[in-house]
Amino acid sequence: MSADLPGAIALHGLTLGYDRHPAVHHLDGIIPPGALLALVGPNGAGKSTLLKGIVGEIPCLEGRIARPGLDDAIAYLPQAAEIDRSFPLSVLDLVAMGLWRRLGPWRSTRRHRATLLEALAAVGLAGFEKRLIGTLSGGQFQRALFARLIVQEARVLLLDEPFTGVDGRTTADLLALVRTWHGQGRTIVAALHDLGQVRSHFPQTLLLAREAVAWGPTDRVLTAPNLARAQSLSEAWDEDAAVCGRHEEAGPAHGHAHAHDAAHPHSHDHGAAHDRDPVHGQKPAPGPKSAHDHGHAA
Amino acid sequence: MIDLLFGPFVEFGFMRRALVGCLALSLSAPPVGVFLMLRRMSLMSDAMSHAILPGAAVGFLVAGLSLPAMTLGGLAAGLAVALMAGLVTRSTVIKEDASLAAFYLISLAGGVLLVSLRGSQIDLLHILFGTVLALDDPALWLLGGIATVTLFGLAAIYRPLVMECVDPLFLRTVSRAGAPVHYAFLGLVVMNLVGGFQALGTLLAVGLMLLPAIAARFWAADLSGMIPVSVLIAMLSSVIGLSVSYQADVPTGPAIVLAAGGLYLVSMMVGRRGGLVYRLVRARHLEA
Repeated sequence: MSADLPGAIALHGLTLGYDRHPAVHHLDGIIPPGALLALVGPNGAGKSTLLKGIVGEIPCLEGRIARPGLDDAIAYLPQAAEIDRSFPLSVLDLVAMGLWRRLGPWRSTRRHRATLLEALAAVGLAGFEKRLIGTLSGGQFQRALFARLIVQEARVLLLDEPFTGVDGRTTADLLALVRTWHGQGRTIVAALHDLGQVRSHFPQTLLLAREAVAWGPTDRVLTAPNLARAQSLSEAWDEDAAVCGRHEEAGPAHGHAHAHDAAHPHSHDHGAAHDRDPVHGQKPAPGPKSAHDHGHAA
Repeated sequence: MIDLLFGPFVEFGFMRRALVGCLALSLSAPPVGVFLMLRRMSLMSDAMSHAILPGAAVGFLVAGLSLPAMTLGGLAAGLAVALMAGLVTRSTVIKEDASLAAFYLISLAGGVLLVSLRGSQIDLLHILFGTVLALDDPALWLLGGIATVTLFGLAAIYRPLVMECVDPLFLRTVSRAGAPVHYAFLGLVVMNLVGGFQALGTLLAVGLMLLPAIAARFWAADLSGMIPVSVLIAMLSSVIGLSVSYQADVPTGPAIVLAAGGLYLVSMMVGRRGGLVYRLVRARHLEA
């Protein structure tokens, strides 16, 4: 695809998954620079997988992710459970990890101490710098991770359920931080479960249930029929064991599937339906997709 | 008391050599052990120490009781096992401990077989329990070299190594240093085990690496405290172990490791950070 916008993240027929089972299935669309995008969907919808794919943590099973000029500009906040909090590390040292891209393995963090303390103050953790990370509460730890994100100064921020298990006040503080980042023109993609939160803070939403159920302005995406469809799609997850018919005819890195979601609504019927449907793979690509028509809300 | 502890070192050259060798080892092995402990890889080093055996045995078969040959052999075998275990871990579903267990068992069985092919019982005992009282110049140079490389190496990879321990996913998203750092660290582990096996034998090589590190956990809260404390404990164990071994005429390797074990037990009882005594005598809680 030649029309990849610098600073944008373009998903071209993207399939991500584990052990051949797709967790994100034939996803197309563009996340334009400066977007504030909520990633919504039931458990197992592929939200975390999509974020991991964008950050390069798991390889694409098919299709590709184009992120021109962003290879070193993406910050990723995984679900906190993946961090060893029993390690005797101070909060300041944790936040200082965010300096890695600027300092590498050897240069001293001492001259950046003010930056680190500022970031801690910005998340309401002033005075916590010497505490060990194991002594923080869940919400405090999440604040510390946000401080690390501040220090990273990344142009793109991927947040995986950043407010899960966090109290109301902390969530409000962190959401304010997210809005500040948005105001600075950074791209933010956040996987979220709280639809109220999404409606009031995120202008754009991608409703995911392995495939995009809907993608566009939040109020047009989060409708009752869309949500019901997302729920039923994700429940079809485990039954889909057959080889996907769309794989065989389409070459990798080939944006073949732009039109079929709109043209073939039945492709959303899961189970093994689409491997009996040879039309998809042969569908010619209609050409590069603009940043504006990714909301193919049904 | 002082005389009892230091007398033998003043009096005998071979005791001084043993002390120098053990102090060098005390400088390099415990910091590595601290990271092993914090990564919950304590037992992994034990497995690695067994993995060294066949390499040392091959060196022994080729060149007899020759230090360079056995060292090179041990290094090669240890690094091979570490690399293969690492590769299997990174490319299959097997976790690191399981893949390491598989390779070290293969390696250990091969080693025992090789030693029994030609060696006598005495040779096997040398390999298993070390020869700290017979450290010659090359052996001392080797231990000193290992200590130097280890300290500089750890300093060089310290930051990414800590990140790899705490948040490997984060390190992967900001840098590709994770895998090289992991292998470099395993390399340091193998080097120190080979050094330890000169002094303490393959069976006890991990003794000076792990016991001081684990004991240090009871005295210091973070890495900047744990590493120096672990070095101190290892040095103290070396001095005590060597003196006791001389005075009581017992084998040195076990004596040193037992001294470290004793210091660990004491630390566990009275250590300031979570020692038993401090748990039993609970201070009244604070206001905030």
